[in-house]
Amino acid sequence: MQTTISKKPATLNLWRRWNWLLWIAVVAVIYTWAITGLHFTGLQESAASVSRSIVHGLVQPDWSYVYNGSGEDLVSLILQTLAIAFLGTIISSLISVPFAFWAARGGKEWLHIRSGSGKVVLTLIRTFPEIVLAIMFIKAVGPGSYAGVLAVSIHSIGMLGKLFSEAIENMDRGADEAITSAGGNSAQIFMLATLPTIMPEFISYTLYRFEIAVRSASILGMVGAGGIGTPMIFAIQTRNWPRVGIILLGIVLMVLLIDSLSEQLRKRLI
Amino acid sequence: MDKTPIISFKNVNKVYANGTVGLKNINFEIPQGEFLVVVGLSGAGKSTLLRTINRMHEITSGEIRVEGESIKPYKGRSLRLLRRKIGMIFQNFNLVKRSSVAKNVLSGRVSYYPTWKSILGLFSTTDKQKAVQALQRVSLAEKLYARADELSGGQQQRVAIARTLMQDPKIILADEPIASLDPLTTKTVMDILKRLNQEDGITVIVNLHSVALAREYADRIVGLRAGEVVYDEPIAAVTEADLNRVYQTV
Amino acid sequence: MTTQIPRRPWLQRWHVKPIGWTLIILILLVASSRMTGVDVGMFFSNLGQFTDLLVRMSRPAWDYLPIILHPLYETIQMAILGTTIGAAFAVPFAVLAASNLVHNRWLRGIIRLILDLVRTLPDLLLAAIFVAIFGIGSTAGVVTLAIFSFGMVSKLFYEVIETIDMGPLEALESVGANKLTIIWYAVLPQIMNQFVSYFLYTLEINVRASTVLGYLGAGGIGVFLQRSLNEFNYSQTSVIILATLVVVMVIDGISNHLRRVLL
Repeated sequence: MQTTISKKPATLNLWRRWNWLLWIAVVAVIYTWAITGLHFTGLQESAASVSRSIVHGLVQPDWSYVYNGSGEDLVSLILQTLAIAFLGTIISSLISVPFAFWAARGGKEWLHIRSGSGKVVLTLIRTFPEIVLAIMFIKAVGPGSYAGVLAVSIHSIGMLGKLFSEAIENMDRGADEAITSAGGNSAQIFMLATLPTIMPEFISYTLYRFEIAVRSASILGMVGAGGIGTPMIFAIQTRNWPRVGIILLGIVLMVLLIDSLSEQLRKRLI
Repeated sequence: MDKTPIISFKNVNKVYANGTVGLKNINFEIPQGEFLVVVGLSGAGKSTLLRTINRMHEITSGEIRVEGESIKPYKGRSLRLLRRKIGMIFQNFNLVKRSSVAKNVLSGRVSYYPTWKSILGLFSTTDKQKAVQALQRVSLAEKLYARADELSGGQQQRVAIARTLMQDPKIILADEPIASLDPLTTKTVMDILKRLNQEDGITVIVNLHSVALAREYADRIVGLRAGEVVYDEPIAAVTEADLNRVYQTV
Repeated sequence: MTTQIPRRPWLQRWHVKPIGWTLIILILLVASSRMTGVDVGMFFSNLGQFTDLLVRMSRPAWDYLPIILHPLYETIQMAILGTTIGAAFAVPFAVLAASNLVHNRWLRGIIRLILDLVRTLPDLLLAAIFVAIFGIGSTAGVVTLAIFSFGMVSKLFYEVIETIDMGPLEALESVGANKLTIIWYAVLPQIMNQFVSYFLYTLEINVRASTVLGYLGAGGIGVFLQRSLNEFNYSQTSVIILATLVVVMVIDGISNHLRRVLL
């Protein structure tokens, strides 16, 4: 081992031995930059008392908010949040399929105009903040959960399209080959081989994306796009901590329930 | 019987885009009803040779004739009709693993249907019966409604053979059909291919690694090395020593 | 010759499962569209306003760019600090949650429950609460990102730990080394690269997240995003979004490259 190393040019050897120092220097510079750049506001004087009230509110949540039949209670708004996530995910999963085939690389060549352009578009969609989308849709359809549905539908395409296209790239092309060799045309190959092979993976990714959509649907209300986020931000602003407590509890339970449900379904799929 | 060979290769060459030679000056004929085994090391071009017959691979120069007709000008519908009469069996079975055996077998019939009917799965009762018969021939009728991935490797390969039978093929190309199977199921699969050859008169071309199996089943053995035919003898003239030449590295 | 086609079990013959699932999904679809008031017509009748917005966004006010450079830096700084703090806290939790290191099922279960609970909370929700506690500014952002990445990193970390080769551990155990020595000499070397890789991955996600945290007052570029949207100054909004896009892609690129070198 040592003899092989000593055969290499001395400069390279030196570089190998000391480059970790360079890395440490780089990391140190980055952290110095990060720490000195931020103006820490320091703890507000009220921080301690606010924290205490929050904890107090979490321990003694406002149970009366859970259900009061007004349609503006916790249960109704949690259901509305789930509806936004569900509808948004379903719409987006349908739109994502053509995007995925656009972005999926067919051959082995590393540069491909069709797939490359598709990937760029998906990245752009993915990076465009969902909150901004929601605000834009609020301009179009007014505040409320419809805007939330539209925001989730469009934003999810970025991630679902990427996951779908990777599934297509990595799929087993065997069945395609078999139908081709049996004399099938391209529509038959797609419907009888490609789609049934890839479908379970598509569904599994859609479920996974639904889990994420539930989380984002619960905050979209903070900008007015429907769901549980609206009363949440209102309760925070009015310092109604027992209300915040019960809503937090509701969100946590909803997310836990949806996550485990979706995980069960995904396990059965594959 | 004076008959034109069912398949003939004439000065066939194949060079890949990156310059690798796939096939080099292939010349031979396959008479109707023959059980031909192609042997050679992996990478010798066996798989390429097989796939040029149904145009899953294109050749660079030369001519391939199937039933006396050059297959070069075929495209679209005529190409699909060529492929319909040539069944193909693959090393990895190439089934839709999460679909039922019935769906997989019926999918072999696609080229007899208009697109809209086949993609909606509207296969006729006659063809469903045909699927059952095809499965009976590979002794798997009781697995009709099982999911393909519930079956063992050997059973999956038999399903793939049943699927090919739905095409009513005149030729079956089998590309390393037993490479993923254990010795016992290997025998079952090879016996089925042999029976289809003898009972139905289907011309069968099989790529194999194993010389022992080749000698057991073949009417004739062709040896490939680096894309060239280096050996071509009827089974009666085959000797072990000759065959070993195929496996020598150049 | 006709062949009897074997009869399918009735569950299959009547396609109970596919029809059942289709029905469930259809019912859920109808219910959720009613609940959310989805109205395709309304979207198209208001399309004018939407396209007007897009048109205004398509003319970025480039002279706004110098003003947002500093908040952009702040966004990256928040992400780096938040991820680092979160990852630092995640390490001990990940060790305690790994089934091959901690054999006490109760301890492991409680730790995992805590981690699961932390992961249920969306980042913006955390931001809203921490802004209430710490006041408007980047402190709230850093704390939000720290907690958010803590939940994410600890899960990724303990899954890595559970895949390690137990051989070196057993060797050290057999010579009587204590737990910390074992972790230092037998566990860390095996997982270091993957830890760093996941750290970078989380950093990517946090850079994305940190760009909107300011919307609720938690510092960084999001503050300016909110301001421009409130003032209907969409040409500024689009500069912010484009600049964010560039930053996110640069960070993604660097991080992807480093991760490829590492693994």
